[in-house]
Amino acid sequence: MLRPGKLKDFDWFLLGVAVVIAVIGAIEIYSTTLGTPLVGQYRKQILFTFIGCLGAFVVSRIDYQAILERAPWLFGLGVLGLVVLLFTKPVAGARRWFPLGFATLQVSELVKLVIIVSVAAILADRRDEAATWKDLLKLGIVVGLPASLVALEPALGTALTFVPIAAAGVLMVGIRFRHVAVLALFGALMLPVGWHFLRPYQRERVVSFIHPAQDTRGSHYQATQSKIAIGSGGFLGKGFGSGTQSRLGFIPVSRADFMFATYSEEQGFVGTLFVMLLYFVLLLRLLDVAQTAGDRAGSLVVVGLAALLFFQVSVNVGMMIGFLPITGIPLPLMSQGGSSVLSTFLGLGMAISVRMRRLVN
Amino acid sequence: MEFSSHQNDHFPGWKVVFFQYLVAVVFFILLVGYWKIQVGEHGRYAEQAERNRIRSLPIIAPRGRVLDRAGRVLVNNAPAFSVMLLRENAASLTPDKVGAMARGLNLDLGELRSEISDASQGNRFQPIIIKPHAELEDASFVESHQTEFPELALLEVQDRVYPYHSFAAATLGHVGEVSEEQVDKPGSPYRPGDVVGQSGVEREYNSVLSGSDGMRRTIVNSRGEDVGSMTSIEVVPGRDVRLTLDLDIQQVAETGLGDRNGAVVALDPRTGDVLAMVSHPTYDPNGFARHIDRETWAHLTADPGKPLMNKAIQAQLAPGSIFKIITATAALETGTITSDFTVFCPGEVTIYGHTFHDWTFENGHGHGRVDLHNAIVHSCDVYFYTLGKLLGIDKMAYFAKHMGLGARTGIDLPAEESGLVPSPEWVEKVYHRKWWPGEAISVAIGQGAVMVTPLQLAYALGGIACGGVFHTPHLVSPSDALALNTKFTAGDAKRFPIGAGTLECLTRGMWGVVNEGGTGAGAKLPGIDIAGKTGTAQVVSTGLQKSSRSSTFNNNAWFVGFEPSTKPEIVVAVLVIGGGHSAVAVPIARDVIKAYYDKKQSHQPTLEQAETQVRLLSGPLQVPSGRGKH
Repeated sequence: MLRPGKLKDFDWFLLGVAVVIAVIGAIEIYSTTLGTPLVGQYRKQILFTFIGCLGAFVVSRIDYQAILERAPWLFGLGVLGLVVLLFTKPVAGARRWFPLGFATLQVSELVKLVIIVSVAAILADRRDEAATWKDLLKLGIVVGLPASLVALEPALGTALTFVPIAAAGVLMVGIRFRHVAVLALFGALMLPVGWHFLRPYQRERVVSFIHPAQDTRGSHYQATQSKIAIGSGGFLGKGFGSGTQSRLGFIPVSRADFMFATYSEEQGFVGTLFVMLLYFVLLLRLLDVAQTAGDRAGSLVVVGLAALLFFQVSVNVGMMIGFLPITGIPLPLMSQGGSSVLSTFLGLGMAISVRMRRLVN
Repeated sequence: MEFSSHQNDHFPGWKVVFFQYLVAVVFFILLVGYWKIQVGEHGRYAEQAERNRIRSLPIIAPRGRVLDRAGRVLVNNAPAFSVMLLRENAASLTPDKVGAMARGLNLDLGELRSEISDASQGNRFQPIIIKPHAELEDASFVESHQTEFPELALLEVQDRVYPYHSFAAATLGHVGEVSEEQVDKPGSPYRPGDVVGQSGVEREYNSVLSGSDGMRRTIVNSRGEDVGSMTSIEVVPGRDVRLTLDLDIQQVAETGLGDRNGAVVALDPRTGDVLAMVSHPTYDPNGFARHIDRETWAHLTADPGKPLMNKAIQAQLAPGSIFKIITATAALETGTITSDFTVFCPGEVTIYGHTFHDWTFENGHGHGRVDLHNAIVHSCDVYFYTLGKLLGIDKMAYFAKHMGLGARTGIDLPAEESGLVPSPEWVEKVYHRKWWPGEAISVAIGQGAVMVTPLQLAYALGGIACGGVFHTPHLVSPSDALALNTKFTAGDAKRFPIGAGTLECLTRGMWGVVNEGGTGAGAKLPGIDIAGKTGTAQVVSTGLQKSSRSSTFNNNAWFVGFEPSTKPEIVVAVLVIGGGHSAVAVPIARDVIKAYYDKKQSHQPTLEQAETQVRLLSGPLQVPSGRGKH
């Protein structure tokens, strides 16, 4: 049952908003590397945006139902990739990147898509009012296994992003109160166990978020410097290429996870507002696609993607100003990183695929 | 089936709407958060960002040198450096790091910690000096650990060096770290850690000597590396201060006073130039330039010899017989007596029902009948007791005050004492009793409540010898002071003209003290025209004077000498505390005067000196013949 979809239904608006955000990100990378040897970095970001657009176009041509049918295979492939990754040589103390010769692939970024597809596949056939224990168990495995593998890399932040995908899916199909109660109880019991498995620096982040005074150099320093950057940006920002906090290295990973602080320092509250509006438009558009999808599977795919992006944007933007503890979650489309950009565009490709097939059924 | 299938194929619409609201609410909260930080608290964060990127390093202005009148260096600087902790980055100081710093710099960890925590209450921009006067190995530690400890920086400083150590210490003073009290004073220009003059010339001319510190501002990255420079505040070096002090004369005075407790002041009465100023026992101000330890400080302050006191301007003691010159001036100028007024001295005299002894009383004889000249030459007490009775306290006090006693001379040194000229008003105010006329009798010979400093005596007798022209003593000549734009400006000389007859009479008397076998005969030198007056002052308070005549107190020895006897060029006051007899003080003044005289002779005569020499050559021929008559 391959449905071709109508090309005239291709969601240029959705892709367009995403490209605008990605280009703003690339410009900001250029701005913050101006006058340094890293000044060419933005080209890579533009390149991946371009590849991402092509990828989105290709994916939109594929019927999402066909993808969902192959969910077990994709899941297996994803898990295999994560397992293999654990045997590679660590880069900067972590095994997150798979060397491809010409570039490195952050496997977990693609696994996010696999999880969206898997969650949708599990819940799409649910015809009852609410998710059953069996569903919840399946979801637990689909999220838990890759999350554990990613956490081992270690990349706890990325592992965390898998959770809202499943949560959003469950909310869509519905869940019984007693299931929620049992899950909540189980979660509460697992907290100390989880704490036990946290690495010292991860624990420190949590502690410093709760007791900022106890930390002087580590993540509290990062949070403080990020706040100084954003606050010093003011209403209109310091201007293109003038962010002292980012350019002088006070903001850690200023082009990746802390991209938004870098951007906010130079472009001010006006810039913050503009980008947040773009994300808002992007998410509302996605939710509209979910609302108008031809079937539950389509809705679940798009809601999963929306949940993922919403979670990442909120957590990333929130942690910049100390609303949330520092975790390694990139800002979708803006943070420097090819895999993340590519994965986001492929996800959007799936959403467009859903939109193009909304009336076919 | 169709219907239910359709229903099952779609989720209820409200669920997506719920997500829409969720997104809207969360984004709104985030934007409120950004608004608060970017607009509400922008100022605070902008300031922190500036502090992050700009490192301000103070550049300490080198302190000006202190020179003697010939430009010889009395106080100098030596380059040194301190290790400082920049507090812009102090937030990143972990206990481990502080520990490593303390080890690397050989500092006491506890002390370092308390310094850092103390400083954290003050101004955050101000770096803390954690190791002043650091060693070379500390410097290399700081430089080689820049990436590890970006908070540490080296500060180039100038250590104060006093090459002659205790030489003229009381006059030159010392420097030290500014006290909290000085910093907290309203309008204080000082910051904690500043090194300022704490006494003497160093203190008086601190504003000239210290210059103003500069500030080097550089842009640094998060690793503390310099990546650019910004406008800096230029350093203004302190200016040199040239004193009127003459190293050679000072040296002779230092040696002359030796281990004795006392002071020597040499003035040029024609100008007020201080040529030498010695106070012993003394101390080495080099110890203060570095961090002085508690023990040394306690030792210095507890020493009964008071080494930190400049006795030349701070020792207030009874002048003894030197005051007779004041009494004599008053008596002659008021017309109370003429120079041929005589008194018979049997060794004691009873006035107002009290018996006053002459200093010769213990030897069992008096001076016999004496006129004013002989009374001065032999320092006859009975003669001056009589004058004291004739004059009364008011006239003596009037002359004493107009000739430089009882008030600060106004020398350019801190903490000068004013001495005391007693009066009935003073007694009523301080002791709430009536003035007893008998007190004037003691005052007439420089005992009783009258108190002077060595500088005052040099100033007074120098002024009298110049015919009543009193030039304010100074260590920096008025023209230099004007050029340095300091607050000290020696005004015009105070004038209190003394009649020519009176002056001649006094001068001859004091010439006789030295040259006619008087009490100052020890100062006689062939070919040098020295005059002077001795004083042996009893060390008893006014209250004790009647009851105590015991000799357990060692009398203070005084001598004021000048040369030449007319229009003197140098006047030297010597005080030896507990010296016993004035004869101890006389040779010290003599040596100083000789040094001045010899130096003048050996110098290539300049125009001014040539004139002086002409006068000198003609002087000795005329003067003795003039005196021979008497």
